[in-house]
Amino acid sequence: MKNWRNHLGLLVPLLVVAGMVLWPVATGNLSNRENSFTILKAIALASSLNILLGYTGYVSFGHIVFYGFGGYVGLYFVNEQGWSIWAGILVGGISSGLLAFLLGKAILRLRGAYFALATIGINEAMKAFVNNFDLFGGPIGMTLNFSVYRAYGGAAEALRLSFYIMAGLTFAALILSHLVRTSKFGLGLQAIRENEDAAEVMGVVAPDAKTWAYVLSAIIPGMVGVLFFFKNGNVEPHVAFPLHASIELLVMVMLGGQGTVLGPIIGAFAYQGMRGFLVTSPIFKDIQLSVSGVVLLLIVLFIPAGAIGWLRQRIPSLRRVLA
Amino acid sequence: MQQLSLLLASLPDGILLGFVYGLAAMGLTLIWGVMNVINLSHGPIIALGMFGTFFLFIRMGINPYIGLIPVAGLGLLIGIVIYFVAVHRVINAPHLSSLLATFSVNMIIIGLGTAAFTTSPYNVDFNMGSFRLGSTTILGTRLIAALIAVLFTGGLYLFLYKTRPGRYIRAVTNNRAAAELMGVPSTRILALSFGLGTMLAAVSGALIATFFPFNILSGGSYELKSFVIGVLGGLGNPIGALLGGLILGVLEGIIPAFLETSWVPVIEFALFVVILLVRPKGLFGAK
Amino acid sequence: MTVLLSVQGVTKRFGGLQALTHVTFDLPEGQILGLIGPNGAGKTTLFNAINGIYPPEEGRIIFREKDVTTAKTYDHARMGMARTHQIVQPLNDLTVRENVMVGACFGRENQSLGHATDTAAEVLNFVELAARSDQLAGSLNVAQKKRLEMARALAARPYLLLLDEVLAGLNSSEIGNMVEMVKSIRERGITIIMIEHVMKAVMSVSDRIIVLDYGEQIAEGTPEEISNNEKVIEAYLGDPKLAEKLLREQED
Repeated sequence: MKNWRNHLGLLVPLLVVAGMVLWPVATGNLSNRENSFTILKAIALASSLNILLGYTGYVSFGHIVFYGFGGYVGLYFVNEQGWSIWAGILVGGISSGLLAFLLGKAILRLRGAYFALATIGINEAMKAFVNNFDLFGGPIGMTLNFSVYRAYGGAAEALRLSFYIMAGLTFAALILSHLVRTSKFGLGLQAIRENEDAAEVMGVVAPDAKTWAYVLSAIIPGMVGVLFFFKNGNVEPHVAFPLHASIELLVMVMLGGQGTVLGPIIGAFAYQGMRGFLVTSPIFKDIQLSVSGVVLLLIVLFIPAGAIGWLRQRIPSLRRVLA
Repeated sequence: MQQLSLLLASLPDGILLGFVYGLAAMGLTLIWGVMNVINLSHGPIIALGMFGTFFLFIRMGINPYIGLIPVAGLGLLIGIVIYFVAVHRVINAPHLSSLLATFSVNMIIIGLGTAAFTTSPYNVDFNMGSFRLGSTTILGTRLIAALIAVLFTGGLYLFLYKTRPGRYIRAVTNNRAAAELMGVPSTRILALSFGLGTMLAAVSGALIATFFPFNILSGGSYELKSFVIGVLGGLGNPIGALLGGLILGVLEGIIPAFLETSWVPVIEFALFVVILLVRPKGLFGAK
Repeated sequence: MTVLLSVQGVTKRFGGLQALTHVTFDLPEGQILGLIGPNGAGKTTLFNAINGIYPPEEGRIIFREKDVTTAKTYDHARMGMARTHQIVQPLNDLTVRENVMVGACFGRENQSLGHATDTAAEVLNFVELAARSDQLAGSLNVAQKKRLEMARALAARPYLLLLDEVLAGLNSSEIGNMVEMVKSIRERGITIIMIEHVMKAVMSVSDRIIVLDYGEQIAEGTPEEISNNEKVIEAYLGDPKLAEKLLREQED
């Protein structure tokens, strides 16, 4: 009974995402599936970032580097070495996790804005490096051999499969986020977020805990990168490491509420929904970026805890459900 | 031997550009020093400075160097407005808030700018002649831009050290709480500092426009350069920024003699991260 | 009597400032050691050296027969050293219970979450904060935050407890409560070092007292010996308010 209640917080997130997956399946509509894919991808990435940002309190402005790097490595093995997409996704996740481990040892010593700046530098350095790296196709990037799709029953089937893998990765991201949040490890991370020095005095081994949080927040983005470039059929440096995408992820986490499992989901929904509306709206289409900017500014200034944080503050009885 | 002559050819240009980059970075680092805010709307302000030169010169026929005066004035004004609209409320909030607040200003400017100017390239066809220095040709516009950058740095130095608002800015930089206790009007000083920071960004943009083509997104790469320079010179140290700019300019002049140009950003950003780790106060700051 | 903590010739400088000079003492298990001295005497610096926040330049710190001089502060915590802060450091956005659970989970016993929940309940009961378990720590008042600091430290099940001015800012009935609490903690077998400015309290609970002045250990002894020590009275004359207190309390 007690255990069941501990996991209540995961229920709403799982239901929301299950609805998201079933929607295109039920309607059988391909463009719904594309939209759903985009939102699931945003949820998976934002939830991963939330482990570092929301639970640990470190602001990464270059989190997309793990998506790009893992994606490149995975696609290279799928495309050039003939590995299956499954093996490619696995190697993409592992290599991003490894990168995070090495980077984390170095840059997690930095605090506050210095850490944020370092993550920007790393993303830009990586982008510039891949641009020069011939094995990954340099500035041209890599294009998937069409024959690769044949193993999965042709392009259409491969895209369908990609959608289900995306759904699986999103569920994995949510479960990981929930497990971290409700674990002892997660309690240590939250202590670091609130006051790193006090946490260390209480025995939290902050350097290790931060590094593992960084690693956990990097693995799923690496896997999503492989899947997305596989589905897209190609990858280029500026598509793999867009700085603005890192910031969009921050916005999503912030919109929904940092440090909660549900927050990044709501944030991803709201952000993608708003963008979808603005891009197609005849009035706002030309200045959609500005309108997004105004909305973001209003949220940062007036509800910095995000939607879920705001609800939790107003209605404490919802705390257990809106974890 | 061939490398050496290549080096000699590209070095002076790098140095001159370095001063202008330094001016842009000075704006970023001034704001950081005074209020611990990384201004992510820095790039678009640089771009607005570029368009300032474009409109004043191409549309109104005003000499770009005279045009710096209205550009600087508008830059100051925009900065003060941004401060009160977006920054003031989050000045004591966690870093994420001020980062996202200034980033939303970035989005607003880029969105409006794209609607108004599209993203196609603009060019200010302005020529100040050129002269030869040994085997290299130096463009007059770049030499003058570098001189103006140095002039502005000197002006900023005098302002910070010789005037009352300047002293207030330094006091707030040093310790805002103490400065407030001493009766420094901190809100006004913070707004003024933000305005000065954006003014320097706009002026550097206006100067860059006299020799490089640009569009509304061009500020982004100079914003990133400003980060690198700011860290080289020590975040919060405006004078260090000029030296940081010089170092970056020299690097950009030297590296292509040994490696392909596309390696320049790899080295720049790797250096940036290393300096952050090893000497977060900058190359010239106390350790 | 076993020595729990041995501080041997500890010296610490900050730039040109000599913060601690050859501080040396042994602390037997089960005692309460009072650490007094004028403001800026180096008391908190000594705590920071003992629990690994600023390792000393010279000297050694032996805790439970292990040299911990250069160990990290979290290592000290895991070995059984816990402390409270002079300026309270609550984890504001976590609940009172979660704050205490952090102490239990990462302290000496390295407890599991489930075990830590029970420990938190017990310790919060002891410090009389049980009713506020589900409240956010940031919403407590100062006296409550002090007790939360105490609860977090106790939840770690430490051998040694460093108390940094737990009485400062409390009114006289709160001081009385806290003194009783300190005494009953000692009865649980926990050794305590306490930094304190409230002389009456520190004189009444301490087994021994060390006096620091400008980073130097100017006296050591029982409370009676200390209150009659000329050097101590002289040192406190630099801090007239405290000197007056000390003298007045002696007359009581």
